[in-house]
Amino acid sequence: MSSHYEAPIRRPLIIGDKNYHDISVDVAAPVEGKANKLWWTAFSIALIAFLWGIGCIVYTIGTGIGVWGLNKTVGWAWDITNFVWWVGIGHAGTLISAVLLLFRQKWRMGINRSAEAMTIFSVIQAGLFPVIHMGRVWNAHFVLPLPNQFGTLWTNFNSPLLWDVFAISTYLSVSLVFWWTGLLPDFAMLRDRAIRPFQKKIYGLLSFGWTGRAKDWQRFEEVSLVLAGLATPLVLSVHTIVSFDFATSVIPGWHTTIFPPYFVAGAVFSGFAMVNTLLIIMRKVSNLEAYITKQHIELMNIVIMITGSIVGCAYITELFIAWYSGVEYEQYAFLNRATGPYWWAYLFMMSCNVFSPQFMWFKRLRTSITFSFIISIVVNIGMWFERFVIIVTSLHRDYLPSSWTMFSPTFVDIGIFIGTIGFFFVLFLLYARTFPVIAQAEVKSILKASGEKYKKLRDGNHE
Amino acid sequence: MSNKVVQAMYNDDDILMDAVKEVRAANYHIEEVYTPFPVHGLDKAMGLKGTRIAITAFMYGCVGLVFSVWMMDYMMIKDWPQDIGGKPSFTFIQNMPAFVPIMFEMTVFFAAHLMVITFYMRSRLWPFKEAENPDPRTTDDMFVMEVIIDGNEDELIAFLEKTGTVEIKVTEKH
Repeated sequence: MSSHYEAPIRRPLIIGDKNYHDISVDVAAPVEGKANKLWWTAFSIALIAFLWGIGCIVYTIGTGIGVWGLNKTVGWAWDITNFVWWVGIGHAGTLISAVLLLFRQKWRMGINRSAEAMTIFSVIQAGLFPVIHMGRVWNAHFVLPLPNQFGTLWTNFNSPLLWDVFAISTYLSVSLVFWWTGLLPDFAMLRDRAIRPFQKKIYGLLSFGWTGRAKDWQRFEEVSLVLAGLATPLVLSVHTIVSFDFATSVIPGWHTTIFPPYFVAGAVFSGFAMVNTLLIIMRKVSNLEAYITKQHIELMNIVIMITGSIVGCAYITELFIAWYSGVEYEQYAFLNRATGPYWWAYLFMMSCNVFSPQFMWFKRLRTSITFSFIISIVVNIGMWFERFVIIVTSLHRDYLPSSWTMFSPTFVDIGIFIGTIGFFFVLFLLYARTFPVIAQAEVKSILKASGEKYKKLRDGNHE
Repeated sequence: MSNKVVQAMYNDDDILMDAVKEVRAANYHIEEVYTPFPVHGLDKAMGLKGTRIAITAFMYGCVGLVFSVWMMDYMMIKDWPQDIGGKPSFTFIQNMPAFVPIMFEMTVFFAAHLMVITFYMRSRLWPFKEAENPDPRTTDDMFVMEVIIDGNEDELIAFLEKTGTVEIKVTEKH
């Protein structure tokens, strides 16, 4: 028992009288059970949105991106806003699975699987936008440095857009193998529990024949640790490079050295909000409240509060530096952002991202499930507006006043965005019914240290 | 040598750990231990050597770095240098700052993927691979220790029964 010591001050991460077998049963239950009406309703809505999005994408590809609201002055708008928004959401998954692993935070184990799933699904949505923004998607392979019929025509490695191609594809593929490696023991658990031959076959295939030998576990843990060590700088580099798309340009409002840390903080901020949105629902629907506890929600709220405040500092720093630079174009860009025709978007951004997370200073609010859910939605709206404000307000006032204009989205812009939300939820809902949504092997390894029953047995005299 | 093994099943990781230590102390040869989750310290207790997979990751990362340097040097400097926004493209070192992001990404890409492939190959994990765990419960809540029988079957079983096992089976190992 002594080897499982944990300070009594730490609250239990697994609630109730659970043993190892109970964890298997609880994690397998959503997979082995039947979907209820709620799941089918949500899935149908998501699927319809997804199909609508496909329709809009097909229309875009068939006709050209002229069907979007873009114009000569505002050449990037919803497409790139959505791209940055989705990539940002993805970052929380890696933060939870990699950074918190390096910091030995045990609370990550209840939520890392779903957070990583969210990462992968949202990066897929993100990747869609630059590709369709190219217009001629059949030439999308031109972004890769492939030998071609032009002989010496290579990609331009000086371009931040190409850095993005490398960063996003590395990020997506590394996240995927990190996720899958962690899934192997849990798929094996489902495989060995499966009664129907079809299920047994599928999970046998997915588990890659995992058997749980001591040597395999030793390698598994080492691989997880090294992948976490690689994924940590990787996730920081990805949003840094996304911010380079703007920061290396010469547009006032974009040409800012603060962008990399500011974008990374914003990404973590919106990603944790999305994790909260998804998990607050999932823990209830899939009966996982014993593993995704109120404490998990509270800790995520604290991360939201801190990263939201970092983002707030960045907004204010930007304003100060614009004034302090003495460059009138910079000054105008920021003055126009706050007080120009897009003042309402700026206000949305400020109130959702800087003001709303401050409520989390109050313990009563950050431990309230309903309130956390509302704030998580508010933050995601705010972070979408942040990208919109950065992109559109910087562009719509050109150097040439005669080309000053406004941007308004067409139904196609809106349709594709809604379509990606639909696609995301289609993937996530399918995942929630077919995958082990909690890293049960890892949770079992902390049961004796952090399970409520074992903690009570150990520190019994305290209560 | 005979391929017969005794499979002793345990229902608790702490009992298993003590059993592993006792079996090793009594000079029996532990063939394999199957556990449903990583039991910390088990590899040391079994006397397994440390894994070198992190070292391979480092080497793969170096390969990725070298590959990215070679690729960008060939494409941007040697094969067809171009004037892009006035950025110096005469020598690699002058153009290098713009290459840092991709040098980093390729390092991570190679290190991560090749390490994971190495892990899958070494631990014999791939799609359509048949699972070889002796009992389906070993991925749920049971721990199995396999000890090789070396003409001492009865003595070994009697010994294992005292280590807190809940089930004992003798089988042929292929």
